[in-house]
Parts: sequence; structure tokens; C-alpha cells
Amino acid sequence: MTAGQAIATKDLTLSYGDTIIINELDLEIPKGEITVFIGGNGCGKSTLLRSIARLLKPKSGAVLLEGEAIAKLSTKDVARKMAILPQSPSAPEGLTVLQLVKQGRYPYQTWLKQWSTEDELKVRNALKATGMEELKDRTVDSLSGGQRQRAWIAMTLAQDTDTILLDEPTTYLDMTHQIEILDLLFELNEKEKRTIVMVLHDLNLSCRYAHNIVAIKDQKVFAQGKPEHVINCGLVKNVFGMECEVTIDPLFGTPLCIPYGKGRCIIKGQGFQG
Amino acid sequence: MKKYYNLRLFGDKISFLVNRKALMTFLLLAVASAGVFVISTGTGEMKISPIKVVQVFFGGGSDMERLVIQSFRLPRIIVALMVGMALAAAGGILQGIIRNPLASPDIIGITGGASVAVVAFLAFFSDKNNALTVSINWMPLAAFAGAAIVAFLVYFLAYKDGVSPVRLVLIGIGLSSLMKAMTTLMMVFGPIYQASQANIWITGTVYGSNWDNVAILVPWTLVFLVLAYVLARNVNIQELGDDIAMGAGSTVQKYRFLLLMVSTALIGGAVAFGGGIGFVGLMAPHMARRLVGSAFGALLPASALIGGILVMAADLIGRTLFSPLEIPAGVFTASIGAPYFIYLLFKTRNA
Repeated sequence: MTAGQAIATKDLTLSYGDTIIINELDLEIPKGEITVFIGGNGCGKSTLLRSIARLLKPKSGAVLLEGEAIAKLSTKDVARKMAILPQSPSAPEGLTVLQLVKQGRYPYQTWLKQWSTEDELKVRNALKATGMEELKDRTVDSLSGGQRQRAWIAMTLAQDTDTILLDEPTTYLDMTHQIEILDLLFELNEKEKRTIVMVLHDLNLSCRYAHNIVAIKDQKVFAQGKPEHVINCGLVKNVFGMECEVTIDPLFGTPLCIPYGKGRCIIKGQGFQG
Repeated sequence: MKKYYNLRLFGDKISFLVNRKALMTFLLLAVASAGVFVISTGTGEMKISPIKVVQVFFGGGSDMERLVIQSFRLPRIIVALMVGMALAAAGGILQGIIRNPLASPDIIGITGGASVAVVAFLAFFSDKNNALTVSINWMPLAAFAGAAIVAFLVYFLAYKDGVSPVRLVLIGIGLSSLMKAMTTLMMVFGPIYQASQANIWITGTVYGSNWDNVAILVPWTLVFLVLAYVLARNVNIQELGDDIAMGAGSTVQKYRFLLLMVSTALIGGAVAFGGGIGFVGLMAPHMARRLVGSAFGALLPASALIGGILVMAADLIGRTLFSPLEIPAGVFTASIGAPYFIYLLFKTRNA
């Protein structure tokens, strides 16, 4: 294994009961890049992410974090290297942003040492990076969806890990806030060289932000690589079962997928006729 | 004034972020508890002024005052304080690990287990003349055993690759109903005189507490309160959900078990000497959350003090309002608690 990989899976098989979700998967996730898992509903992309984060025990095989089997490391050691933000987390009523972000320091604390100078510094940096300094004394439940998600990201940042995993960090957010969150993650990757692995639903935004796309289908990786190399009509047809046209995003030059379907067609004679 | 104070000793070895408002609230609650304690000690058939009461605490006062306070009132009020603190702290822990504001010792069946044990104790150890064949001093032990057995039952029945909060609460509610049914069954079949005795116990009362009770309950409660405080940050992280907690490096299942055992020990001690005083474990943590927020390090002590005040006040009302008739303290905690519970349900429904 080279130094270029943050995470790898070896012969990884995941299942819920007897249902196999991911079968004998060998996957390498490059260090310092943004990797996005895509795939249809129920294809196992979230399951894969959860298993990488050790939230789900594999049926067989292993997840390697910086070359070491994750199951053999102590959970606190893993927590100092890799943070996970699950889908739509919820905070108890009345918890303030600062109290939430502070809990990202859990793997560094003991019961007597709960607020070291370093804890304070990392929490302050996390609040600053996410633009949450002004809101730190507000309660999490009083924030808007986008702010709330930023608060949770701040908590994972306070964990001070090289790798951050996020399961659909933009779900339930309006378009403005989706871009805001993805821009924030992109910046974290650019400035601090953090490895970011996430599950996203929006294929076009995935193409824009990801260095590396992993398309999952039928318990396997269907394709992996730079979006401009792997995303095409054939892939979308295969992975999502959807007819589309792939063109170039006029602003970013990344692949842009335009699905066919019904709906009002106002270009005469050019609508897809099936 | 800044909201937080950084407490750091020995170069970070001991370091805490202290919420000034929570600390102030805690101190105010401590003063209020002391106030209720003194007033309650001075109130009864023989009225003693608060100043005199404090004098008695420091060895002054007349012989009569000393007798009344030291022999009759003080053990009872100390037991009330401890019972309230224990139930409130346990309720706070349960609400945290179950991640549900409606969780409480009554709802997950632990108190119910103690009730069954007590009714069984009264039924099995009575002779034809309704006299107990063994010493009544064994009753607290029976209550404690009942609470502990049900807590273990709930835990192991809920176990499936670890214990999830939802399974814990569902199994708890199921067992709680079963315990109620068993209690009723035994009261119906048991001797009638003991049924009324049992009923008073189930409602919850600190009547008849003595210094022997105090000697057991005080150290027991304080030790587990301190232990709960040491585990506070594990409650905080669990409140964010199992995924977040595991992701942050917490061994969730281990701490969930430990926390459940600590709350069981607190509840067991409380019901053993105070009976099934209801709703304190539900109300007190809520009131505390309003006052100091939901960080558990601040919530736990505030909740404990509020619980202590509630039970001391309920007992004070119970033994003075219809004097010389004694009303069990549990009647008053329930009469505030039941409406409060409905209010909570109503509020969470709209949330």
C-alpha cells in the first residue's frame, strides 16, 4: 500500500442479516482528495460509508485506515484519525453550538481533562472555519437547516482528523445551503488537505466537487475515477437505470447530466421521443 | 460578563469549561435546598423558628427542641432529600441514554419491580394476624432487589447486538405494565391489611425514617451521584446518537450499561427507603434543563437539587396540611407531576 491511500477495503463483505449489501469489495480511497460515493437508492453506498466508519461490523474482510486494520485499532485512536457525520443527526433540546462542537474533542479528553488549551484552540478553529463563531451561544435547535449542518461539521472538525466521512451532508437543505456546505468542504480539502469521503445524491454537484467518484451497483464498484473520465450516458444508464444526455457544465467544465423524461418540452421537434 | 470560565489546574491536567450561569443557578438551588431543609425541620406540631433550628444543628436549643428535631424530623427530612436527589439524578441519566425526555424510573419499570418485591414481601411474610414474621427492616432490601432484577431483565431482554434506546424503552414499558399487574394480583390475593400497607408504600412516603436508614442511604446515594458526575461526558456524547458517539470514539455499549447500573443503584436506594415516589425522576431533569441547558455536567447537579427540594416540599405538605393525618409525599409529587407530564406530552406533540 502506498502513502497515497487514506482508506482501503479488502475483500469487504457487508450484510444486513442474510442480505448481502456489498460483496468482496477491494476499494482504495486516495488521501487528500474528495471522494464521492454515488449510486441508486439502496445500492449500499451509505452502508459502505458506515462500515468504513466502523459503525457497522463487516460480515467478512477488513477496512484499512492508513494501512492498519480498523478493527484492531482502539476506537479512540480511530476517532483521532477519522470523523463521521451521519445522515440527519439530532441534538438534544437546549444544547448550544459551543457545547456541541466541544464534544468533537471527546477522543482527547479524560474526565478530569475536559477543556485543555488545545481543546479550546481546536474548537475555536472549527467554529471559525465553519463561520459559526457568532452563533456559538445559540442553541442548535434554534438554527436554520444550513447553520445546523455547519454546526455539526464544526463538531467533526474539532475532532481534528485527517479524514472526514459525511453521509449525505446536503439532504433537506435548499440549493443555497447545499452549495454553502459543499463549498465549505471543498475549502477544507483545499486549505487543510483533509481527505473527504461523502455520499451525495446530486450527480452534477458530485461531478463538480469530487476529485474521485465511486459508482456503486450490484454489491460492487461499477466504476471509479475522475468524474470527467467515468461519468457518461452509459454509466448513468447502468448505475441509475436512467436515460440521459451528458454534456459539459458551462460554468465549471465538469460533466453535467441532463435526464430524459416527460415534462414540458418547448424546443420544437427536439424533445426526446422515447 | 463572559458566559464561560476556563478552569485549568496543573497545566491542563485538570481542565473544565465552566458555564457561569449554570454555576450560579447551582449555588442558588443549593441555598434554596438548605432553606427548604431548615423550614421543613422547623415545621410540624411543634413550631421551631429557622434560627432556632440552625442553633440546634450546631448543638444549641432546648432539650425538647433537640429531641423533636434530632429524633423525629431530621432523619425523615434527610431521607426525603436523598430520595429526591437520587430519583432526579437517575431520571436525568435515563433521559440522556434513552434520548427521550419522557423516560423516567417509573416508565422503564425499575420502580415497578421494587413495588412487586415489597408487596410480595408483605404477602409472604405475614401470619394469620397480619403480623410480619420477619423484621420490617428487610423491606428496603426487598425493594432494592426488585428494582435491580427488573433493571437487569430490561437490559438483557433489550439486548440484540448491544442495546438500542428504543428497545430499552419499549421493553421497559412492557415490563412496567407486567409489574403493575403482578402488584395488583398480589394485593388482591394477599391479606387485606397488608394491601393497604403496601399501597402507602407504593405511593411513596418517607414516614418513619430513622437514623439507621440515613446511615445507609446517605453514603449510598452520594457515592453514586459522584459516579454519575464522573460519567457525565459519556451521557453528553450518547445524547447525540449512537453513530455520532461511536464516531467520536466512545464505547457506547459499555457506558450505556454502566450508566444504567448507576441509575438503577440510585433508584434502588431511593425506593428502598422512600417507596415509589413518582414523577420526580421525570420532572426534575426537565426543570433543570430549562434552567441550565442540557450539558450533563451542569444538568445533573441542578436536577439532583431540584429533586431534593421537590420531595422535601412534598413531604412537608403531606405531614402538615391535614395534620395530624399523614398524606404520603408521593401523592403530592404525583399531583404536580401528572399535569406536568401531560404538558410535556402536549409540548413534544407540537414540536
